[in-house]
Amino acid sequence: MSQPAGPVRLAVTHLRVSALNELQYRINFWVQLVNSVLALGTGLVAIAVVYTHTESLSGWSQPELLVVLGVHLMIGGVLRTFVEPNMWQLISDVEWGKLDYLLTRPADSQLIVSVRAVNVWSSIDIALGLGVVVWAAQEIPNNVTLSGVAAFLIALICGSLIIYAVWLTAVTIVFKTINIGDLMQVLNGVYEAGRWPVGIYPIWLRGTLTVLIPLAFAITIPAEIVSGRVGWWWILAAVGVTLAALLVCRLVWKLGIRSYSGASA
Amino acid sequence: MTRPAAEFSLIRYYRAGMRMGFQREIQYRMRTSMMIVGFMVEPVIYLVVWTSVSEAQGGQIAGFTTGTLAAYYIVWTLVRVFNLAFAPGAWEWRIREGRMNEFLSQPIHPFHRDFTFFAGSKFVWSIAWIPIAAFLTLIFDPVFEWSAVAVAGFVVAIWGGFLVRFLLQYWLGMINFWTTRSSAVFGIFIAGELVLSGRLVPLELMPRWVEGLAAWLPFKWTFQFPIDTLIGRLDGAQILSGIGMQVLWSAILGGLFIATWRQAIKRYAAVGN
Repeated sequence: MSQPAGPVRLAVTHLRVSALNELQYRINFWVQLVNSVLALGTGLVAIAVVYTHTESLSGWSQPELLVVLGVHLMIGGVLRTFVEPNMWQLISDVEWGKLDYLLTRPADSQLIVSVRAVNVWSSIDIALGLGVVVWAAQEIPNNVTLSGVAAFLIALICGSLIIYAVWLTAVTIVFKTINIGDLMQVLNGVYEAGRWPVGIYPIWLRGTLTVLIPLAFAITIPAEIVSGRVGWWWILAAVGVTLAALLVCRLVWKLGIRSYSGASA
Repeated sequence: MTRPAAEFSLIRYYRAGMRMGFQREIQYRMRTSMMIVGFMVEPVIYLVVWTSVSEAQGGQIAGFTTGTLAAYYIVWTLVRVFNLAFAPGAWEWRIREGRMNEFLSQPIHPFHRDFTFFAGSKFVWSIAWIPIAAFLTLIFDPVFEWSAVAVAGFVVAIWGGFLVRFLLQYWLGMINFWTTRSSAVFGIFIAGELVLSGRLVPLELMPRWVEGLAAWLPFKWTFQFPIDTLIGRLDGAQILSGIGMQVLWSAILGGLFIATWRQAIKRYAAVGN
């Protein structure tokens, strides 16, 4: 008898199968490309309009804000490629009573619900966002160093994990009371706030975006690392927040599963 | 043959439909309040950005003071929820799931059903908006120039804006009868609306040619026009001519919809059989 697959292999296999499924639908690439370019376009328009009226927005120059836009697009791409499809799948399983089967499997239930679906074409946003970051970074008088690039990559990984943890936590807490489509709409609305640096917001909103839904660490910090506005030690803070978010997510998931009795039964 | 208990009339149907929309919405108070908090994020972002730009420019940009901008975006939230209309993409679901058959077998056009349903929910949304507006007013210090004409004009303009946007989206939804890849088209529509309606920024802050272009399109009359009316940026004549534009666009879009619907239904029968 072969050994049961380890968590990494399990995740990779799941992701590969759903990616291959999605890759069959080539036309969706073009539809997604149109939508991504439009979203990027409106983001660029908004920033351009602001800078026709001013030189600096609360101390942020135009290229620095473009880096924020790029990171926002990249993390948003991760969200739509890897996180959201799984949340929809999870909710559909709860509604149809299929989650019960999944819970009886020997593998970790949180791992499985997190890797079952992937929306490959949304990864266009990751590429477009990276393009914006690279393009805007050239306008910033700041030396590109190997450690800087490494710090940026770590910050991006932290950002992605934070977003995953917050989304799964929210879904686990509210799926019994609120329609998930509405929740997604609200979370996406809040995510839009990350398009601008969190520091420009009034204190109550900044607090929410730092502690409750830490877009400050998911988006603003990676962008500030690129533009050299913060030192590398902020990476430590981002890693700490990431670990905390994942821990909370894990606890909430465990609690949620324990009290879960099948929505359909 | 038994006589129906009450004669059918479209007015009675509208009243009943709106009541149902109202009742459905009021059941889910938690959902409505959550949605409205979600809706609040977007104008707060714009408000923060433009307040800080305006302050950097000495408290005034393109004829807007910091206070008028605040008033603009606070009324924006009400207009935004009032503008919610049947999503064009929802037709895809209706067609795919075979729901169209149900609508087509009814003697009354589905437009009436959908329109009254959304119209009824507006009353709930307006009530839910009040605490949000109070909160934003406390924080951002808006400046309104109240007048009876402005308030009366606004009541008409906000319904006019809803009608125009509802017809526009309803008409766009017809694309689903021809293609299953309609989301790219809707993407273009949403991006265009964002920039050309006054949703992103008041059109005066845009380059001149954008402002000029917007005057020829319906979007502005669904967003910036009702807002401008209430915050007191328009006089009586301007309000009247704006409402005239809403009537004109409703007629154009209504005509387009009726013509397209006839073709769409023929096509649907061909696909369904």
